[in-house]
Amino acid sequence: MQKALVPEDAVRAAFPDKVQAVKHFRDETTIIVAPEDVPTVLKYLRDTPGLLYNYLSDISAVDYYPENTRPGRFGVSYHIYSMLYNRRLRVKAFVDEDEPVIPSVVTIWPAANWLEREIMDMMGIDFDGNPDKRRLLMPQDWDGHPHRRDYPLGYETIQFSFNVEEILQHKPFAKE
Amino acid sequence: MGVTPKLGNLGVVTSTLEEAINWARTGATWPLLFGLACCAIEYMSTQASNYDLSRFGMELNRASPRQADLMIVAGRVTRKMAPVVRQLYDQMSDPKWVISMGDCASCGGVYNNYAVVQGVDEIIPVDVYVAGCPPRPEQLMHGILTLHEKIRGERIADWAS
Amino acid sequence: MADLVISDTMKQWEGSLMELKGLVSERAFTGETMLLNMGPHHPSTHGVLRLLLELDGEEIVNCLPDIGFLHTGIEKNIESKSYEKAVTLTDRMDYLSPMSNNMVFCMAIEKLVDLDVPPRAQAIRVICLELSRIASHLVWLGTQAMDLGAMSVFLYCFREREKILDMFEMLSGQRMMGSYFRPGGVWRDLRPEFLPALEAFLEDFPRRVDDYEALLTNNPIWVDRTQGVGIIDPDQALAWGLSGAALRGSGVNWDIRKAMPYSGYDQYEFDVPLGEHGDVFDRFMCRVQEMRQSHRIIRQAVDKLPDGPFRSENRKYVPPPRSELGTSMEAVIHHFKLWTEGFSAPDEEVYVAIESPRGEIGCYLHGTGGNKPRRVHFKTPSFMHIQAIPVLAKDHMIADLIAIIGSVDIVLGDCDR
Repeated sequence: MQKALVPEDAVRAAFPDKVQAVKHFRDETTIIVAPEDVPTVLKYLRDTPGLLYNYLSDISAVDYYPENTRPGRFGVSYHIYSMLYNRRLRVKAFVDEDEPVIPSVVTIWPAANWLEREIMDMMGIDFDGNPDKRRLLMPQDWDGHPHRRDYPLGYETIQFSFNVEEILQHKPFAKE
Repeated sequence: MGVTPKLGNLGVVTSTLEEAINWARTGATWPLLFGLACCAIEYMSTQASNYDLSRFGMELNRASPRQADLMIVAGRVTRKMAPVVRQLYDQMSDPKWVISMGDCASCGGVYNNYAVVQGVDEIIPVDVYVAGCPPRPEQLMHGILTLHEKIRGERIADWAS
Repeated sequence: MADLVISDTMKQWEGSLMELKGLVSERAFTGETMLLNMGPHHPSTHGVLRLLLELDGEEIVNCLPDIGFLHTGIEKNIESKSYEKAVTLTDRMDYLSPMSNNMVFCMAIEKLVDLDVPPRAQAIRVICLELSRIASHLVWLGTQAMDLGAMSVFLYCFREREKILDMFEMLSGQRMMGSYFRPGGVWRDLRPEFLPALEAFLEDFPRRVDDYEALLTNNPIWVDRTQGVGIIDPDQALAWGLSGAALRGSGVNWDIRKAMPYSGYDQYEFDVPLGEHGDVFDRFMCRVQEMRQSHRIIRQAVDKLPDGPFRSENRKYVPPPRSELGTSMEAVIHHFKLWTEGFSAPDEEVYVAIESPRGEIGCYLHGTGGNKPRRVHFKTPSFMHIQAIPVLAKDHMIADLIAIIGSVDIVLGDCDR
C-alpha cells in the first residue's frame, strides 16, 4: 500500500493554479477550487495512488444570501471519502448568482446524478452534463427553488382559540 | 328432523333497516392499505400482533381503493402527493370515510412550510381527526371507535337522497 | 434521437412520452415495450415511491424512480429554528430509526461548537442506537418477508419491536419520535425501570432471531425468491454510493462504526457481517447477523455503563438542571438565554456521518455565527439506494423488483426529507 499523501499538497503539486484556498476546521480539510475545475480535481483525487478518494458521500449546496463576503452566492461542497486511507475531504466551489453553472461529475461517480439533480431542483444551480434535468423532489411545474435563502418558508398562520373563527372562514375545505 | 334444529333457539330479532345496515357497516370497515410517513408505521403496529386491529373487523387491508371503505391518511401530505390522495379518495366507492391520523395530516403539524399541505381536509373531507405525532395505536383505535359511533348514527335519509 | 418514430397507438400520449426522451428506450415510443406506472400508492414500494417501469413482457428494460412525494422541507424548516429545537424535526426523516437522525444532527452540532459528551451519555447513546437498529431491522424483515408472501414473520417481528418501543417510551416519553438525544448528551438519565426491561429483552432476543431464521433462512420459497436476484458487484456498489448492509452484502467491509468510531464504538467488540454475492439473500443475511451483533454491543454497553453526568456541563450550550434554578442566578440566566435565543455557532461548515441501520447518514451543517443554521443538508442512505434500484433491477422479472426494493431497505421519509 502506498503511503498516504496530503491531499491539499498533492492537488497543489498537480494543478498549481487550480487551488484557490485550503481551509482547516475541526480536523476537516476543505479545498476550494473554481467551479470549472471541479471534475478535473475530483477525478485526480479519485484515481491518484496515495489519495484514492473513491466514494462520493454527499454533494451539498449552501446559499450565502444576503451576505456578500464570499466569492460567490452559492457554495457547492463535494464530500468524498477514501476507503483505503479512511479519511474524508471536502472539495468546494463557489458559484456566482448570475451564472450558476458547474460541470457535472456523473461520469466520475454515477451516484452524483441525483445529488446534482436535488441541488438543481432546490438551489437552482445548473449542472452542465447531467443526463436528466427534470426536477427531482418538487412537482415538475413548481416555481422557484425552495432551498434558496430568499425563497419564503411558506408560513401559514397558526390556529389558536383567539383566531380560529377567522382562519376557518378562509381555509379551503374540501368538498365531497 | 328437517330444518328445525339448525335454527336453534334464536327467536326473532326486530330492528330497523337503518340500524341493520349501520351495524353491518361498523363490523366490516375495510381500510385502504395506504401509508404516507411515520404514522403508517404506527398504523402497521396497530395492525400487528400486539394491538390486533382485527378485533374491530378491520383485518383486511385492501390495496385497491375500489374495495375499501375507510381511508386512513397516515402521515404528512405533501403538495406533490395531494393530487394522488384526492384521486384515491375519488376512486373509493360509497359509503366511504376518512380518518386523518396524526398532526401532520390534520393540520400540517410541525411542518408549517412550502411543501406540506396544511391539513388533509383541504383536499378531502375528513370524518375523524386523531391527534398525536405519531398517535399511539390506542389513540388510532379510539379514532376508529369514534368513527364507528358516527357510522351508527347515520341515517338512510341523509345519503339516499 | 431526432427521427423518433411514434406509432399510431402511442400518439395519444405523445406529450408525456416526449418528456421521457432519452430516459426510456426507443422501443417504448412504438409501443413495443410497455410503460407501467408503479406507485406512489402501492403496497410493496415501502412508502410513496413511484417507479416508472419499461417492460418487455415481464422483464424490466428500464426503471425510472420518481421521488419527492414525501418531500417535507425539513432542511428548510431547520434553518428557521435554533439548534436545539431543530432536533425534534430530524426525528421524522428516517422514521424507522429516529435515534440515528438525532445522533447525526447532534454530532454535527457538537462538532460545530466543539461540545463535549460525557462517557455515560455516549454509552446511553450506543444502547439507544443499537436498539433502534434492531427495531428498524425488524420492520425491514417483517415487511420484506410480507412482500414475498411470508405473513407470519411480520407478526413476530412486530411483537419484538413493541418491546423496544416500550423501552423508548420509558426513556423519552414517546414510542417513536422521542427526540431523546440532545446536543451534549441525552435529555434525561436512564429511568430505573429501563435496565430491568432491557435485561429481559436481551435475555429473550437471541432466541427470537433464531425463530426468524428458522422461518426464512432455509425456507425453499424464500431462497428461490432471493438468491441470485438483484446482484450488484462491489465496484458498482461503491460507484452508486450504496452503504450499510446493501454495500456489505457485496462484500465491501465498510462500517462507519468500525472505520471512524464515534460515541465510543471502539470500546465494544463486534463483527461486521459480510456477504459474498451481493444478492438479495446476502443482504438479508447481513442484516439478520447485524441484529445479533447489535445485541452483543448492547450487552457490553450495559455491562460497562459508566456513572457520571448524562449531559455535558458546559452551561453555554446545555441548560442547567431544573433543581439549580431556585438557588443560582447564573443558572436562571443560562436557562433563559438557552430557551429563548439558543446558543450561537460559528460561521463554518462541518460534515458528520454515522452508520444508521440503512447505511451512511451524513449531516452537512453550516452555521451563520448566530443561533440558527444557515444550511443543513442530510445525505441519506435511502436516497442513494433508490437511485441504484434501476441498476439492481435491470433485466429482472417484475416480481423480483419487489424483493429488490425490500432488500435495499428504503424509507421514503429518509429519501425525500
